[in-house]
Amino acid sequence: MTDLEKLRRKISEWESEVVLPLVKKVPERKKVFTTEEGLEVKRVYTPLDVEKWDYLEKLGLPGTYPFTRGIYPTMYRGRPWTIRQYAGYGSAEDTNERYRYLLSIGQTGLSIAFDLPTQLGYDPDHPLAWYEVGKVGVSVPAVTEMDIVFRDIPMEKISTSMTINATAIEILAMYVAVAESRGVPRAVLDGTTQNDILKEYIARNNYIYPPEPSMRYSVDLILYTAKEMPKWNPISISGYHMEEAGATPAMEIAFTFADAVEYIRWAKERGRVDVDAFAPKLTFFFAARTNLFEQVAKFRAARRMWARIMKEWFGAKDSRSMVLRFHTQTAGVTLTAQQPMVNIIRTTLQALAAVLGGTQSLHVNSYDEALSLPTEESVKLSVRVQQVLLYESGVVDTIDPLGGSYYVEWLTDQIEERAWKYLEEIEKMGGMLRAVKLGYPQREIARAAYEWQLKVENGEVPIVGVNTFAEPEVPKVKILKVDPVARERVVSRLRKLRGSRDGIKVRDALDGVRRAAEREEVNMFTPIYEAVKVGATIGEISEVLREVWGEWRAPEVF
Amino acid sequence: MSQEKPVRKKILIAKLGLDGHDRGAKVITMALRDAGFRVVYLGVHQSPESLVRVALEEDVEAIGVSILSGSHEELVSDLIKLARERGVNVPIVVGGIIPPEDVLKLKELGVFEVLPPGTPLAKVVEVFSRAIGERR
Repeated sequence: MTDLEKLRRKISEWESEVVLPLVKKVPERKKVFTTEEGLEVKRVYTPLDVEKWDYLEKLGLPGTYPFTRGIYPTMYRGRPWTIRQYAGYGSAEDTNERYRYLLSIGQTGLSIAFDLPTQLGYDPDHPLAWYEVGKVGVSVPAVTEMDIVFRDIPMEKISTSMTINATAIEILAMYVAVAESRGVPRAVLDGTTQNDILKEYIARNNYIYPPEPSMRYSVDLILYTAKEMPKWNPISISGYHMEEAGATPAMEIAFTFADAVEYIRWAKERGRVDVDAFAPKLTFFFAARTNLFEQVAKFRAARRMWARIMKEWFGAKDSRSMVLRFHTQTAGVTLTAQQPMVNIIRTTLQALAAVLGGTQSLHVNSYDEALSLPTEESVKLSVRVQQVLLYESGVVDTIDPLGGSYYVEWLTDQIEERAWKYLEEIEKMGGMLRAVKLGYPQREIARAAYEWQLKVENGEVPIVGVNTFAEPEVPKVKILKVDPVARERVVSRLRKLRGSRDGIKVRDALDGVRRAAEREEVNMFTPIYEAVKVGATIGEISEVLREVWGEWRAPEVF
Repeated sequence: MSQEKPVRKKILIAKLGLDGHDRGAKVITMALRDAGFRVVYLGVHQSPESLVRVALEEDVEAIGVSILSGSHEELVSDLIKLARERGVNVPIVVGGIIPPEDVLKLKELGVFEVLPPGTPLAKVVEVFSRAIGERR
C-alpha cells in the first residue's frame, strides 16, 4: 500500500469514526462552506488534494517559470514592494502638498488620481465638467498644472503611476514636457500609465471614443514608449475595477488576461514587432479582498497563467515577457460606512493577502473612504499598515510562505481552472474587443454583483457592522472636503493660459493631431506631445479626437 | 364609474455626473425589477438636462440617481431646479457615497431619501414604494 493509499484509508476512518459522531452531537456552523468564488471548502486538505501534482511543473522556484512562487529570485528579501498610495484632489497645489506629505512619511512611489474631467477629456470650465473639478482627483487640464503637481519633487528619481486611460497620451506628454523643461530626459522617466481602455468599457466607464480608435490610441502609447522611454510601463492591465464592479476572483484574472491578449495582438500587428519588443513592460493591477487564502491563490494562479499565455500562445522567448508584474489595491467595495474604524482591520488582512500573493506595489485604502476621500490622518494609517507588514510581521522573510499548503495549492488550481474556462469562452467569441461590444463581461459582472448582494441580504455573506453586529448610528469621523476655491483657481489659471499662449502654434498643433487621427498608420504620441507643449488643453485635444473618432455609447447590458 | 388607472410604477435610474461607478445603480435596477417595478436604466455620464428629458419622455414616477464622486450637492440641486422648471414633480432618491452631514442638506433641497453605502435592497425597494405611494 502506498503512502497516499494509507492516507486515503485513514481519512475515511477519521470521517466515519471521529467526525461523524461529533457533528451529530455538535453540528458545524454551516452545511456547506464556500469561498467567494463559490468553491466548496472541505473540512481539511491533505496530500490527496494535490495528488497528481508535479512540483516543478506547477510551482518552480522563485524567478523561474512558471513563476507561481514569485517573479524574482529573492522577492522581498531583496527589494520590498513599493508603497504607493493613490492620491490627488482639488487643485495642483493641494495635490502637490499631499504628495510631499506622503513622501515625508515613508511612501516610496507616487500614484496620481486625476479628476473625472481630466480623465474624460473636458476642460474644467466645460458645463459637464464643472461639478466634478478636483473631486475624485486632481484637475490637470494643461502642462502648466502638471508642473505645479510636481513642484519640488525629483522626477528623475521618483516613479510615478498615473490612473489615466482615455486621455493617457495627453497626460504622459505633459509629464514628459515638464520633466524635459527641468532637464530630465524622457528616457530616464520611470512610472506607469494605466492606459487600459478595455476595462473602462467593461467596468470603470471612463471611456470617450469607440473601441477601435481607443485600442489604436492605447497601443500607440505602448509602441512609442517601447522605443523612446525604456523605463516606462505603458499600460497597467486592470482587474481591480472589475472586482470592484462585482467580478469573482476567476473572472477578475480571466477578463484581465483576455484584455491583455487583445492588446498584445493589436500591438504585434500595428507595430509589426516581436512580442518580446514590448511585453516586458506590460504591467497588471489587481484587487485584494478580505478572503485571505483565496486571494493569495488568485495571485499565484494569475502568475502561472500569464507565464503560460506568454510562452505558449505568443511564443515569448524573453522571460521578462512571461512575468506578471502587478500593483495591488485593497478592495474599496469591502469598506463600510458603518463603524468605519473596522475598515483598518479589513484592509490589513487584504494587504497581507497582497503581500503573501507577491505584489510589486501596494495601495491600502483608508478607513474613511466609504464616506469621502481620505484625510492626511487616515492615509498615514494606510502607509503604516504597509510598514508594519514589511518591518514587523516577518511574512516577507521567506518567499511565498503559503506555497505547499494543501489548501492554498488546491485553491490555486481551482481558480486557475475556472479562469481558463472564462478565457476560452472569450476566445470563442473572437476576443475581448468583440466580447465587450456584445456586453458579455459587463453582463457576467453585473450578474455576479447582484448575486453577491442577495447573499448579503439573506445573511449568507456576513458583513460586520452592516448585517451583523450592526449599531444604529454612523459614528462621526473627520471628513476631507475639497476646497471649492480649488476649482476657481484651476479655471482662472486655464483662462490666463488660453490668453497668453501662441494661438497660431496651438491651432497648427491641433491640426496636426487631427491629421494624425485621420491617418490610421500614424502614431498619436508625437502630435499630441507637440500640442501639449505649446499649451493646448486636454479639452481641446479631446474635442478634435471626438470629432474624428466619435464617442462611444455603451451597449444595453440588461 | 370611472376606470381605475393601471399602476405603472415606472422608475428612472441613472448615474448623474461623470462618475462611472455603476455597480450600485445596476444592482438596484435589478432589485427593483425583481420587486415588480419597471425600471428605465439610463447608465453613466448623465446631466441634469438628459435626466429630466428622459423622465418626461418616459413619464416615470420616481427618479433614483447614484453619485460616488462627491459632487452630489451641486448636481442634485441643479437636477431638482431643472425638474421643477419642466414640471417633473416626482420624488428623487439619491444613493452613493454621501457623507452623513450631507444627508440633511440633500433632504432640504427636496430629495425624498438618501441611501448611503450598505443600504439593504429591501430598504431600497421600500423607499421607492413609499416614494411612489406618497405621490399618488
